[in-house]
Amino acid sequence: MLDLDQGVPRPLPATNADTQAYWTGGERGELLIFRCADCEYYVHPPVAFCPKCESRKVAPSATSGKGVITSFTVNHKQWLPSLKVPYVVALVSIAEQEDVRLVSNIVHCEVDAVYIGMPVKVLFEENEDLWVPLFEPDVAL
Amino acid sequence: MNSASKYPEKNTAITGIGQSEISRGSSKTGLELTVDACMEAITNAGLSRADIDGIATWPGADYNASGFSPVGIPHIQDALRLELNWYSGAPEGPGQFAAIFDAIGAIAAGLCKHVLVFRTLTEATARKTAFANALMTSGQRDHGLFQWYSPYHTYAAAIQQAMYFQAYVHRSGIREEQYAQIALNGRRNAALNPKAVYRSPMSLEDYLASPMISTPIRMFDCDVPIDGSTAIIISRWDCAQDLPNKPIKIEAIGSSMAYRNSWTQLDALDTQAQPKVAEMMWSRTDLKPKDVDFAELYDGFSFHSINWLENFGFCERYGAGDFIDGGHNIALDGMLPINTNGGALSAGRMHAYGQVHEACLQLWRGAGERQIAKPLNVAALSTAGGPLAGAMLLTVD
Repeated sequence: MLDLDQGVPRPLPATNADTQAYWTGGERGELLIFRCADCEYYVHPPVAFCPKCESRKVAPSATSGKGVITSFTVNHKQWLPSLKVPYVVALVSIAEQEDVRLVSNIVHCEVDAVYIGMPVKVLFEENEDLWVPLFEPDVAL
Repeated sequence: MNSASKYPEKNTAITGIGQSEISRGSSKTGLELTVDACMEAITNAGLSRADIDGIATWPGADYNASGFSPVGIPHIQDALRLELNWYSGAPEGPGQFAAIFDAIGAIAAGLCKHVLVFRTLTEATARKTAFANALMTSGQRDHGLFQWYSPYHTYAAAIQQAMYFQAYVHRSGIREEQYAQIALNGRRNAALNPKAVYRSPMSLEDYLASPMISTPIRMFDCDVPIDGSTAIIISRWDCAQDLPNKPIKIEAIGSSMAYRNSWTQLDALDTQAQPKVAEMMWSRTDLKPKDVDFAELYDGFSFHSINWLENFGFCERYGAGDFIDGGHNIALDGMLPINTNGGALSAGRMHAYGQVHEACLQLWRGAGERQIAKPLNVAALSTAGGPLAGAMLLTVD
């Protein structure tokens, strides 16, 4: 069973005013993605500029937290001494917009159950001051 | 407007090549290896240090212990006491070929006649002393290029790129024994290359028995860290005419970034950045894929070569599996020999510059036992993966 714990602490990203919402929205259970208030396009990675309509009214917006696995890999290599393998790294497209692809780990299912096109939903793991978005199956297994 | 002013790469030529010893751990420093490669290239071109008026490298010294780029322009310029009109070691460009394309620009701008281009790696030695491939240091917050990946245990490029290749496998239906052919072809050619780091025979069974790194990438799909340096001389066309080597024209380049340059949001995961880069290259020449005699395709991972076969138009989209099936088409005596020195998978990770060196050797018919028998006039070269890509055609009359 794919677990949240890989035996080593998760390396964490530096954050700034653009990326803070993504990495902390989980405190309220929200997957926050920047969205244009004028044309509703999701802008990721986050920046206060809409590449579709040039609006500057772009701000964090709660999504459904649902998505689909666009691609994934099962890592078998033990890169660090206490790293537990195998585990799954995936690119997840949010349900609202295919070209918003989030890197994540897939958890709470067997390794062999993961497939391209699999519906998934977000969960969050608190790490220091950040809430790291992870995904689990959104289908009956 | 004549063709050379519309397409300034056609006004340039490779006139000399050099390469240090290539090893899994050298007693020489990166700088000494770089001196070896650069002096060999200058001599091979029939030039002297005083003729070199420009220098370019990619990505420039990175001033850390990774061995990825231990030598920068300041080091080699001073070691060789070069007097230069122009220099550039800029990391943000069309992959490893950025240095070559920058040199073309400098020549077109009238700044240089003979540009020394080099790439040095000491990753073999680095791996003996540190975990050099870690994308970040434990305990530090990641400010880097891969910070969207950082919490997800993505400790190596293999994991990121495996996701692109998995998408390709899913879309194309390529089979394991088909994509094995890139590694098998490389090893077969490496057996004929005295400088290759891995020369012992590899069978399909050996390939299939190799450890899975991150699906679908096995160990033998990954290039091999080495210590070594490669150098080439790029000269203005008129200055290349009286030199000992027949000038190798840079016929066309693909350097575009007409797509999302992102390691997560790139337009198409399964083709990566390559299609528009190849399209740009073909738009700058009358040559067609059928005119290419051989190809030195980037193989940082085997799938890069598979992607380039399709994106250059050597086979149909998602047809690379059939094209390389059995390995005959891409062998030294096949219709399109590729990675003729063993590639990065078996000759060693010279990071695209091994391929440039090899293409020149083949075009000058100096490749020894692995020389392609048929006449050679056109070579296709490619580099990089993910959101980075560069391509060029080299020709000799």
